[in-house]
Amino acid sequence: MHELLTLQPGSKRLLLGNEAIVRGALEAGISFATTYPGTPSSEIGDGFYQVSQGTELYFEYSVNEKVALETAAAAAVSGLRTMCSMKHVGLNVASDALMTLAYVGVKGGMVIVSADDPSMHSSQNEQDNRHYARLAGVPMFEPANSQEALEMTRAAFALSESYQIPVLLRTTTRVNHSRSIVEVGPLQTPRLRGSFKKDPLNLVPVPMVARRLHVELLAKNEKLKAEASGSSFNRVRGQGPWGVVTSGVSYNYVMDGVRELNIADRVRVLKLGMTYPFPGQLCLDFLKEVEQVLVVEELEPFLEEMLKVAAQEQGLTLRIRGKGDEWLPRYFEFDPVQVRSVMARFFQLDYQPPEVEMGSHLPQRPPNLCAGCPHRASYYAVRQALGDEGGIYPSDIGCYTLGLLPPLEAADFLLCMGSSVSGAGGFSKAQKRPVVAFIGDSTFFHSGITGLINAVMNDHNFTLVILDNGTTAMTGQQPHPGVELTPEGRRPPKVDIEAVVRGCGVERIAVVNPLQVEKTIATMKEMIEGEPGVKVIVSKSPCPLFERRVTGKKQKVVFRVTNECDMCRRCLDELGCPAFTYCEDEEECAFISIDEHLCSGCSVCKQICHAVKPKKKRA
Amino acid sequence: MKAWRIFFAGVGGQGTLLATRVVGEAALLADIPVVVSEIHGMAQRGGVVESAVVMGEAHSPVISDGEADILMAFEPLEGLRAIRKCSTHSLVICNTSPVAPFAVASGRDQYPEVSDMMRTISSQVDRIIAYDARSLAREAGSELSVNVVMLGTLMRHGKMPFDQEMVKTVLNTRTKRSFLNMNLKAFDLGYQVE
Repeated sequence: MHELLTLQPGSKRLLLGNEAIVRGALEAGISFATTYPGTPSSEIGDGFYQVSQGTELYFEYSVNEKVALETAAAAAVSGLRTMCSMKHVGLNVASDALMTLAYVGVKGGMVIVSADDPSMHSSQNEQDNRHYARLAGVPMFEPANSQEALEMTRAAFALSESYQIPVLLRTTTRVNHSRSIVEVGPLQTPRLRGSFKKDPLNLVPVPMVARRLHVELLAKNEKLKAEASGSSFNRVRGQGPWGVVTSGVSYNYVMDGVRELNIADRVRVLKLGMTYPFPGQLCLDFLKEVEQVLVVEELEPFLEEMLKVAAQEQGLTLRIRGKGDEWLPRYFEFDPVQVRSVMARFFQLDYQPPEVEMGSHLPQRPPNLCAGCPHRASYYAVRQALGDEGGIYPSDIGCYTLGLLPPLEAADFLLCMGSSVSGAGGFSKAQKRPVVAFIGDSTFFHSGITGLINAVMNDHNFTLVILDNGTTAMTGQQPHPGVELTPEGRRPPKVDIEAVVRGCGVERIAVVNPLQVEKTIATMKEMIEGEPGVKVIVSKSPCPLFERRVTGKKQKVVFRVTNECDMCRRCLDELGCPAFTYCEDEEECAFISIDEHLCSGCSVCKQICHAVKPKKKRA
Repeated sequence: MKAWRIFFAGVGGQGTLLATRVVGEAALLADIPVVVSEIHGMAQRGGVVESAVVMGEAHSPVISDGEADILMAFEPLEGLRAIRKCSTHSLVICNTSPVAPFAVASGRDQYPEVSDMMRTISSQVDRIIAYDARSLAREAGSELSVNVVMLGTLMRHGKMPFDQEMVKTVLNTRTKRSFLNMNLKAFDLGYQVE
């Protein structure tokens, strides 16, 4: 049984924020969970998946976040306690459903987790999803550590159920991916069977219904304001004339600052955990007790602006500062010294941040496609097929986005999940160069299909390469509808990519194994140079990490560079496999070698160079 | 207990996160307040991996530049890159066995001399313990145990607020049965480093 199920109430564990959220949901009696994986939220879904193996919890990896939210919403309307987790940009995809779900409401408690990624450790933007709480009019919690992640999850379910409204649990990377000590509570027996009572005048928001529901939502929000002001997660710490208002992970930096600056007797910290609806009364009481206020929150001035509005309405003129050149930035995550320095400046204290030595130029170490990654072989083939002229390569979201770096340089345009396909269509109409777009298998199911149908309908002209490695690799090998490899062996996919493509109206389709280099180049050339129109190549070969994990297949060969090598450097300059190394011997004579530990035995290099030969892998 | 901050820097695949977690769990076992931060996802694909353990009187899960009491560098270039986290009070424990970044492996950039890098680090911190942890790991049975070798050295020299037995207990629960003896040997080899 999963560890999160066996922890005794009162016991302490070092839990990731994401694990604490799963435990909190179990303590709230969750019976239905959905997700689409995305960093930094992925371990929430993976945790539910593991718990669901051996319990009656229903869990699914949905095809995208919108689907995940709608599926979970129906379960919540049927009276089950449900959670739907995703990364911040996932909520953009699900936002259409969220906006109206706030009107329609839920019966069983429903918590939506938005895992934001300030500093963009693994994301294409750092939007502040707290705005979604206000946009939709749903309550929001912002935990600062794993213990709060657990407790707020539990509280969010209760609040959601008693107000019949979905609740947003908004986290950031440093909460999701930090471990801190958590004391767990008792598990609650979940309600497993839901029931649906027909109620179209509340559940089908045609204009006549929606008009009433919006008014009711606003009334709920008024009541929730009082809940927020009275919430045990919103509290004042310390005494003194100086005020700090903070939420989320920033609270930790503030408290460390208070201690390090030795100002515990002079500063009053308002720590907000339930940040929407804005706890106006509590904040006003706080503003009246202090002379000036520094607002410490990552990204947008979300609390700062609401505090300023509240102060203005009451005619309070104290200094309230947060964002701005002088104080804290609206970009990137904070760190403890940065917050401490700004606190010292704001309260006019002496503080010398530690001196920092900066290293001189050092070789960069960007993330790279793994040795043996079939995406590299696909990119190599396209570049060979298009020759020196090249083309325009709209790309998409996944491991394969790493193909943007030299020597492959196979990514020219990217917005979000699915933008490769629709973007390719736009490029093909706007300019003359050939367009070859890349999308992963999971991303294709998530958001690629609609764009493909649009391209066929509107006579766009491009070649789409679907990089089918059989799994959602980047986020930890989660399944998708086209999965064939399972621990029980290979089975036909539940949804066949080729059949989907054909069903979208595409007539020219080829399936290649990118590890067969010559054949792949020839097929790519034929497709790209053929008659204009929408053409699709499914480039199919499993992610080697995934394949090894699932099948336990042992690698039999590695490759080595023999002395037939004439140092043409194509392996380094065109393929760029990280198992290759350019070396010099004692006489400064250059040679190229392959690191046996990294080589995955894919044989792509052997097919492009006569000097590479196989040898048996040592056990 | 005053805050005690350990910053870990390594390359994807070196077991940086496991080492971080073992230290965190050992602290919990010893009933010492602890927070650990990790970075998952895209950053891990053969790129730089950075993580942190903060023990004692502190809430923040991350370590600012200049704040680390100890830098655990699993790779020399990453040790030098992470020097910004250190001050003249810091202890650095550094594996001297390089993992070449792709730009170096492909001959487009030069890997700095390891001895030069160690000198640079040494001149900016209180103390550096630099040795070839990869060869000790090999001696223990697998190059993959560099992380555990270095945990041994940390427990000997890092003024840690708990005993090495705590770490061994955690290794016992967190590593695969078949690797346990190798890991304990790796830990002891690292512990013997002067």
